[in-house]
Amino acid sequence: MKEKLILIGNGMAGVRTLEELLKIAPDLYDITVFGAEPYGNYNRIMLSPVLAGEKTIDEIMLNDDQWYVDNNITLHKGRKITQINRLAKKVVAADGTEAAYDRLLIATGSNPFIIPVPGHDLEGVIGFRDIKDVGVMLDISKQYRHAVVIGGGLLGLEAANGLMQQGIKVTVLHLVNTLMERQLDSVAGKMLCTSLEERGLEILMKASTKEIIGKERVQGVILEDGREVTADLVVMAVGVRPNIELAHKAGIFCERGIVVSDTMQTYDPSVYAVGECAQHRKQIYGLVAPLFEMGKVCANHLGQHGFSRYQGSMTSTKLKVTGIDLFSAGDFTGNEDSEELIFQDAANGVYRKLVVEDNKVKGAVMYGDTIDGPWYFDLMRDGTDITDFRDKILFGQAHLGDSGHGDENRITMIPDTAEICGCNGVCKGDIVKAITDKKLFTLDDVRAHTKASSSCGSCTGLVESLLAHTVGGNYSVAPHQKPMCACIEHTHDEVRTVIKDYELKTIRAVMDFVEWNTPDGCSKCRPALNYYLVCQWPQEYSDDYQSRFINERAHANIQKDGTYSVIPRMWGGSTTPAELRTIADIADEYDVKTVHVTGGQRIGLYGLKKYQLPQIWDRLNKAGMVSGHAYGKALRTVKTCVGKDWCRFGTQDSTRLGIDLEKASWGSWMPHKFKMAASGCPRNCAEATIKDFGVVCVDSGYELHVGGNGGVKVRATDFLCHVSTPEEVIEYASAFIQLYRENAHYLERTAPWLERLGLTYVKQRILEDEQGRKMLAEHFRVSQQFAQQDPWEERVQGKDNHEFTLLKQVG
Amino acid sequence: MSSVSTAEITKNWVEIGRVDDIPRLGARVVNTAEGDIAVFRTAEDEVFALRDSCPHKGGPLSQGIVHGKRVTCPLHDWKIHLDSGEAVAPDEGCAASFPVRVENGMLFLLLVAD
Repeated sequence: MKEKLILIGNGMAGVRTLEELLKIAPDLYDITVFGAEPYGNYNRIMLSPVLAGEKTIDEIMLNDDQWYVDNNITLHKGRKITQINRLAKKVVAADGTEAAYDRLLIATGSNPFIIPVPGHDLEGVIGFRDIKDVGVMLDISKQYRHAVVIGGGLLGLEAANGLMQQGIKVTVLHLVNTLMERQLDSVAGKMLCTSLEERGLEILMKASTKEIIGKERVQGVILEDGREVTADLVVMAVGVRPNIELAHKAGIFCERGIVVSDTMQTYDPSVYAVGECAQHRKQIYGLVAPLFEMGKVCANHLGQHGFSRYQGSMTSTKLKVTGIDLFSAGDFTGNEDSEELIFQDAANGVYRKLVVEDNKVKGAVMYGDTIDGPWYFDLMRDGTDITDFRDKILFGQAHLGDSGHGDENRITMIPDTAEICGCNGVCKGDIVKAITDKKLFTLDDVRAHTKASSSCGSCTGLVESLLAHTVGGNYSVAPHQKPMCACIEHTHDEVRTVIKDYELKTIRAVMDFVEWNTPDGCSKCRPALNYYLVCQWPQEYSDDYQSRFINERAHANIQKDGTYSVIPRMWGGSTTPAELRTIADIADEYDVKTVHVTGGQRIGLYGLKKYQLPQIWDRLNKAGMVSGHAYGKALRTVKTCVGKDWCRFGTQDSTRLGIDLEKASWGSWMPHKFKMAASGCPRNCAEATIKDFGVVCVDSGYELHVGGNGGVKVRATDFLCHVSTPEEVIEYASAFIQLYRENAHYLERTAPWLERLGLTYVKQRILEDEQGRKMLAEHFRVSQQFAQQDPWEERVQGKDNHEFTLLKQVG
Repeated sequence: MSSVSTAEITKNWVEIGRVDDIPRLGARVVNTAEGDIAVFRTAEDEVFALRDSCPHKGGPLSQGIVHGKRVTCPLHDWKIHLDSGEAVAPDEGCAASFPVRVENGMLFLLLVAD
């Protein structure tokens, strides 16, 4: 006999919890849903666009009746539960329907707060909460002329905008002097006010409602200061109250909301609460992302997994009014210990304010240009130390030395046909359509459906902004910390910590210890785990072959047609006539279609069949050449110039230095590809300042630079320090590499890693802590003893033979 | 399989090697006159065969990472169900799948797509 689960409240939070539960434990419960509204589950946050005529009700339905049938869920629409009997473990509806439960989920949401002024019960006075309210507003706007919205907050302004789109005159009454004062400071509030007024909205500030007048229908509103406004419709949007009456009556402990634990359980452990009615660690959330997070945790507990905890959310706000870009997050007013960084360009309608405390972002308000909102939010959430770039922070991420997306910073201004994702050719219109049609809420959803930002990721900020703008006020980047992948709740850092602390030495051991959700991971987490184990246990860990991407199994780079490329190492970019002859002979004999000089000063042969690889490697080996690892998350190349041997400007032997660097570091596996360069003078012909580790020789020694890359987002290096000898260069490079290897997340290049951790931290570890630096360098040297075997030679000798041969030739 | 006649079966079931010839969570390729077929082995030693061509852009599925009963195409990360050849939603498309039989550790492939 299955246990019975009852959900009270057929809204977004509750049904999302069921969806999550069905994903992990589809057959655990007999599920019954009671909803007071006569509809299926719809997307409440899309009510504003419905009011504005941009969407229809059908378009915002999330789960239609068939969904409940398909999932064997009994749905009671339009049946309001009036009593929970916890002793008998049953619920009773207004019409007398009774149902027994083993576990109960309360997701009753919230009710709009109606100010109890005289006249609040007249016909034509409503809240803004559900489909019914929208229906009333649409009806009235067809027959009448004047609407008043009480409350100039997020919801009130969205309602006002929607009504205005219906062609009626709208007056907003706001109690204080700043619109959306819970999200905006006075400057941004003023800018918002101006642009709404330009659109035709009338806004009265310091407007305290005294009375609503009318005979049967509402006719007007009288304010405390005597002002009078004509009204055929009054929408109260002064806030919501968690709907806790039912729970409270049943003796479940409530404060402002129903108090829940980190597993979303109330004081009665068989009763759960999620959504706007729940109060978690003193907080009540009304935005969609936290509600979904709660749903996930609750489902995890209901599904008897019980390993995930809700730890609160940090939220940000956007206004869902077409053509207005504003963003707000965190504490934007500050206190006596905080400082404000402000950028204001009134003529262009741009305003940004960051509240900073101890060099960390605590809050942000932006108006006009909000493209960097998600970035500021990330900095805030991660508690990133901004010391190293606070002089540029207000100009946005695009100004942190990379080429970024240039002028495309006003997401609403971009035409639908503009290409957002250059890798996959996805336009703005495609993304917006997918978000609305497929009802997407998260970046991952958008990536899955449109592929936008799923390849190189450089347009992630734009896609997030589009998502935020399309879902509007209710979007927020929710997860407190990013899980490693869908297989596991834990972060990269947490997984690395357990590998080290509990001495886990196989992928299986890690998965068992941390309770992976999938039997053997996925193509994202397995390569990451394999790398973490290689890095942590260089001597003992035996590489998990099947957890490597094909390039690192075949030791060649797979091309679009399934053929492979071969790129032998050319130490420091130097070669010999004999090596060139061998390469030329191979190219002739194997009829190589393309022979190409790569960006890393080597020669690549393209279009080779897999079975040919070991034969070619054998030839290269015999001529003294080894794998260039041009296919791996590994040390790639050390680019050099000819230095003082030849160049009249050269100050040091940069070629020798490059070769020595490459000899010390080749063969090492890294979180991502790693490139170095050594230039013989500050003219920097080897482009050392866009490498992960770059050396610029000067007359007095060597300048060391870190954290640069070309590629998707060009980033120039940060200057680390000046050293005097080539031996020191090797030591510092080894220490930096090892720090990166031990610290960065898999597939995180040095540039984002450095921005995440801060240059200050790297300087502390490498410059200030001499002992620590020497230790890091030594760790690297030791691990290299196990890494520096030419993988080509091993395979020529027969290792992994199955990789290069057919299972069978038929016919 | 029901649409396949007995004559065809005897004609077309081909012995292709041993289960142990394929690494767990890996794949090998059988080359046929009609092109390559990828033969996968899961962690539980189940064996599946699919046309070695991703429905997206023809990437060689045999070169992908196998996880659960899925393979991730090495070219653009599409995920394909090993049992049906269908792409994992929301992607759409299908790689032809072929019946495989295991007898005493030997593998037999039926060269008629399901």
